[in-house]
Amino acid sequence: MKFSTKLLGAVAGLAMAVSSGVASAEPHTMGVSIPTADHGWTGGVNYHAQVTKERLEALYPDLKIVLVTAADPTSQANDLEDLVSIHKIEALVILPTDGGPLTEPIRDVKASGATITVVDRSLTDNSLVDIYVAGNNPELGTTSAKYMAEHMNGTGNIVILRGLPISIDEERFDAFMAEIGKSSGITVLDNKHANWNRDDGFTVMQDFLARFPKIDGVWAQDDDIALGVIEAVKEAGREDELFIVGGAGMKEMVKRVMDGDKLVPVDVLYPPAMIATAMEITALQFVSGAPVEGTFIVGSPLITQENAAKYYFPDSLF
Amino acid sequence: MAEIELNEVDKKSKKGMLSKLDFKTLGPFIAMIVLFIFGYLINDAFINSGNLSNILTRSSFIGIIAVGATFVITAGGIDLSVGSMAAFISGIMILVMNELKTVMEPGLMIIFAGVAISVVLGVVAGFINGFLTTKGKIEAFIVTLGSMGIYRSLVTYSADGGTISLDREVRAIYRPVYYEDLFGIPIPVLVFVAVAIIGYILLNKTVFGRHCFAIGSNENVAKYSAVNVDITRIKTYILQGICVSIATIIYVPRLGSASAQTGTLWELEAIAAVIIGGTMLKGGYGRIWGTVMGALILTMIGNILNLTDLISNYLNGAVQGVIIVVAVYLQRGDWKKKK
Repeated sequence: MKFSTKLLGAVAGLAMAVSSGVASAEPHTMGVSIPTADHGWTGGVNYHAQVTKERLEALYPDLKIVLVTAADPTSQANDLEDLVSIHKIEALVILPTDGGPLTEPIRDVKASGATITVVDRSLTDNSLVDIYVAGNNPELGTTSAKYMAEHMNGTGNIVILRGLPISIDEERFDAFMAEIGKSSGITVLDNKHANWNRDDGFTVMQDFLARFPKIDGVWAQDDDIALGVIEAVKEAGREDELFIVGGAGMKEMVKRVMDGDKLVPVDVLYPPAMIATAMEITALQFVSGAPVEGTFIVGSPLITQENAAKYYFPDSLF
Repeated sequence: MAEIELNEVDKKSKKGMLSKLDFKTLGPFIAMIVLFIFGYLINDAFINSGNLSNILTRSSFIGIIAVGATFVITAGGIDLSVGSMAAFISGIMILVMNELKTVMEPGLMIIFAGVAISVVLGVVAGFINGFLTTKGKIEAFIVTLGSMGIYRSLVTYSADGGTISLDREVRAIYRPVYYEDLFGIPIPVLVFVAVAIIGYILLNKTVFGRHCFAIGSNENVAKYSAVNVDITRIKTYILQGICVSIATIIYVPRLGSASAQTGTLWELEAIAAVIIGGTMLKGGYGRIWGTVMGALILTMIGNILNLTDLISNYLNGAVQGVIIVVAVYLQRGDWKKKK
């Protein structure tokens, strides 16, 4: 009995020594939760998240990063539970598949004491957010509309191919409509969802071309959609009649802009690498006393033939 | 003797003018004609030859896959993996053609190699599904749900989460397969028609086709009537694989790319096309021309919705749902019998 008590004490002492030893090395765990690579842009997000994870872990030996991907809000909420209960994360970097349904799961993570970094989407309760890193969706809409109005000298017909029906798409669309409304000579013929997808971009554009005899400008909002639109326009032989404005900064599209393609005179940046920005900033809180909380907005500048080289990364995946 | 008896039973059941119409056969055609008129009323651009040719060309992917699905479903099976399989085959085809381009001059040989790879993959994938459901004794739903996930992941993995794009020069040679006409008809449509005709002959004029019907209506009876159930079933899955492969052969030149998004929900569209066409989901009865109509109807719904701004974009799915259910209700034709 005595012996076993002693043993217990020794084990406890050892355990304390071990745990204090670990504590002195101060390991930190950061969870990164992003959507599955279901289209080009999220593919870019996955790529940059992976690269940044490797870079940060090599740079800060005490930092462990757990990267998880989810196809829909439900599985992402499950991921968050696992990150808290299994991995005991101290910080969460999340690009929500959809901000609304994930607000409550994120509140639970926050309640566990973790720092919350939200990327690109807004929650229904933004007071949960410690660090917010996002592209500027309204600016993407406004920049596109400004350019199109200018390029068309304030008159002509526009068709719009939208993304998936979620808040990002609405923000872009509303800002675009507000800006384009300032040019009274421009008519928006119709808008349809093309789900940020090449195949849908192709079909929706085919139907627009069949329906409207005169289209002067196409706002495709996204480069994947734009690539589908280009094929449909070429098939109809109407390349000389119109121009297309995409969005994101996919390398194929930036290359076209750089080469002076008349069909694609510009592109509007919306970089998937913003996930890297978010991870870097969040990691800083573990290694430096620098203040990190706040809102970081990555701009959506216009990519033109003159500045395209700056945004062209031939080795990038996206 | 048996035939005469059957005819008499048939005659007895035919009472009145309305019952003389065979709604099982005509249902899908009627649904399509109604939809056609509806499309014209909504926007007269609908009947432009350009638009009609778009509809036909577009429906060829789902249509060809659905012809294969008609066999699988008639024989009492189901294949949920066709959409992922199409994405996977497209991806591998493109990777192989890109790889070949580094060792040889871009030319027809590369395209033939890509096509050959596609057919081989289709046959193998179909065989695996068929083998596991028959010899492995696992329900088709589970086997193909599994392979659906596997192929989808494999294509995402091969694309590193991005998009696999066909080399520009190779694509320039391959492009006409989707975009060119032969005798004034787009090539994908010709392929679709050819697949449908071959499918019709196989299902209705051969022993294999009759075995499909027999297995689907009652597997045990078929077994005791000396039908080799397993082999016939495996054949239907291989046929499905070949159809998926043919669909990818005309899909790849369209956009020259494959990604994790390629072919999503094609399996459900193909199954819907088959059922709208009058094939029984529980097996035992199949109709190829109905399937062709089903594929056309599905494509037409999407097209018509794009031609109007009367209906909110957010309601597209609801409209599709209603039309699918109404089309199937029409062809069941039971509504005219009572009262």
